[in-house]
Amino acid sequence: MSAVASTIAVNDIHKSYGSTRALDGISFDVSEGEFFGILGPNGAGKTTALEVIEGLRRPDKGDVQLFGASPWPRNPSLLPRIGVQLQASSFFERLTAREQIRTWASLYGVPANKADEMLETVGLDDKADTRTEKLSGGQAQRLSIACALVHGPELVFLDEPTSGLDPQARRNLWDLLRDINGQGRTVVLTTHYLDEAEILCDRVAIMDSGKILQIGPPAALVRGLEAATRISVESGSMGMEDARRLFAGDEVSDDGVSLVIATRNPSAVLSTLADRNALRGLSVSGATLEDVFLNLTGREYRA
Amino acid sequence: MISLSRAMFLGLLRDRTALFFTVLFPLMFLLLFGGLFKNQTAPRSDVLQIGSVAVLDQIPAADRADLDAVLHIDKATSREEALDKVRKGDVDAAVEQSGSTLILHYSAADRVKSATVQGVFNELVQQENLAAAGVTTTAVKLDAEQVEDQSLKTIQYLTPGLLGWAIATGAMFGAALTLVNWRQKKILRRLRLSPVSTGTIVGARVGVSVLVALVQTAIFIGVASVPYFGLQLSNYWWMCIPVVFVGTLAFLSIGLLAGSFTKTPEAASAIANLIVLPMAFLSGAFFPLQGAPAWLQTISQALPLRHMVDGLLDVMVRGEPPVSVLPQLGILAAFAVVVSAVSVALFRWEDA
Repeated sequence: MSAVASTIAVNDIHKSYGSTRALDGISFDVSEGEFFGILGPNGAGKTTALEVIEGLRRPDKGDVQLFGASPWPRNPSLLPRIGVQLQASSFFERLTAREQIRTWASLYGVPANKADEMLETVGLDDKADTRTEKLSGGQAQRLSIACALVHGPELVFLDEPTSGLDPQARRNLWDLLRDINGQGRTVVLTTHYLDEAEILCDRVAIMDSGKILQIGPPAALVRGLEAATRISVESGSMGMEDARRLFAGDEVSDDGVSLVIATRNPSAVLSTLADRNALRGLSVSGATLEDVFLNLTGREYRA
Repeated sequence: MISLSRAMFLGLLRDRTALFFTVLFPLMFLLLFGGLFKNQTAPRSDVLQIGSVAVLDQIPAADRADLDAVLHIDKATSREEALDKVRKGDVDAAVEQSGSTLILHYSAADRVKSATVQGVFNELVQQENLAAAGVTTTAVKLDAEQVEDQSLKTIQYLTPGLLGWAIATGAMFGAALTLVNWRQKKILRRLRLSPVSTGTIVGARVGVSVLVALVQTAIFIGVASVPYFGLQLSNYWWMCIPVVFVGTLAFLSIGLLAGSFTKTPEAASAIANLIVLPMAFLSGAFFPLQGAPAWLQTISQALPLRHMVDGLLDVMVRGEPPVSVLPQLGILAAFAVVVSAVSVALFRWEDA
């Protein structure tokens, strides 16, 4: 073990189920305090990757080290240092939120008052006496995250924590996830939402068909595309003829609502528009991870 | 372990269906059977009297009361009607006297009752003859006393039998459903990622099931002991506690086995039902097996419930000493060990 062992070191893991190759040689490191995302469409192998890293499955080939130790076979000294989020339905039946988290707390030898504090942290103190079956999707996710965090793990695994939530609940959960990472915990998150990965993660690994296609900070991945920036203003701010002439090298279109100019030189376009006082309804959008995925796989991203 | 047990126990307490099937449902059977067959030990035979029958009419009042305890005698309106009723099985016999001959018309529909009727009238005739011969001292006197074993009062065999069934149901369903539910809801997977040992998880389930079984025992004994039912416990009834304990382990192991190879709670329930119901019938949980054919007796020896019911009967109502149930305890324990070993071999943390 080196002195500066990564929190997670994944080295060329393979895993097949019958003839299906779920993981086809995956390697990456996650360092302490990092917010790491594994991104990809359903069936890309994200969940299998997580299961192998957590120590639930044995890789066919390759190895995993958590805090410098192997999670397989089951390593009880490692388990208190990691927290795994239950899926939303993975609760003991017919218990209230408070009983639920206290049960999980006691499995780790954590006292009940700590459990109650954690309930407060995720904003569920007013739902403490509600049966888990009666919680909304977002509340259930919060509770399951609280159950994963109640013993104060250094490393937290979250498997698609926001799937099935409405946009408002997703945003609330993002705040919570940022706080968890802000407390110095290492967080590994799988998601099939590109925007989520882009907003939350320090680094993402884009997976498809059991392989990691690219890995790095979201902004760097997007920048690496050198994709066009889309500048749009209100339709009619400028005649199509003028626009085509002024932005000769760029792609110009007008759908009757917005005039859109896709350019690789946004500053020039913007200053031209400003000179002509044609900035009404201005919006500027860069490429997203979606474009990165499209570029990597040659096909549209479908979650 | 305590916290896991607590979680399971609270879950069970709040599950009305499970509570119904583990406690109330068997108790309903006890109330129903116990009430229905309360006086079954003194079945009276119905006899119709045709015309005047001196033997019956001149009987002293005290003897008549004794007779009424065994026979229910009504006067028939006509001879034809009386014989017709015997033929149809509405009454067990009709009696008429012509001169010094007593004629008894009986139906063989119910052999026990017809034999009773014949016996009673035979005795009446003997007494009449003895009286006519002037014999007043008896040479041999019969003093009948009931022995508590083969002919237990209904409640005496119902309580241990139904209790055995209730415990078997509770333990089997508890184990099977917990295993399948926890696997399906990925609670098992989550537990595997916590520093809890498998022994703790199993121990928690065993603890809850044993507690439930003891509560069932207390409720059954409590209800059956009210004067209306009149359960009489024998001296060593407390030996039922170890029998209940090992019995619970045996049925937990079957439940684990059922839970090991089923994927949904519905399938697990169906399998558990498929095992427990026929087993209850074949093990004498609902009625005594004394009259059952030999082959059935042999089959029942292979069933754990048979041994549990036998053990409970022995110590709760037959008054057998504590050591008498050691074979049953041994068989049940061995059964639990073997079936648990198979379940462990088949055990899966999650659905493949």
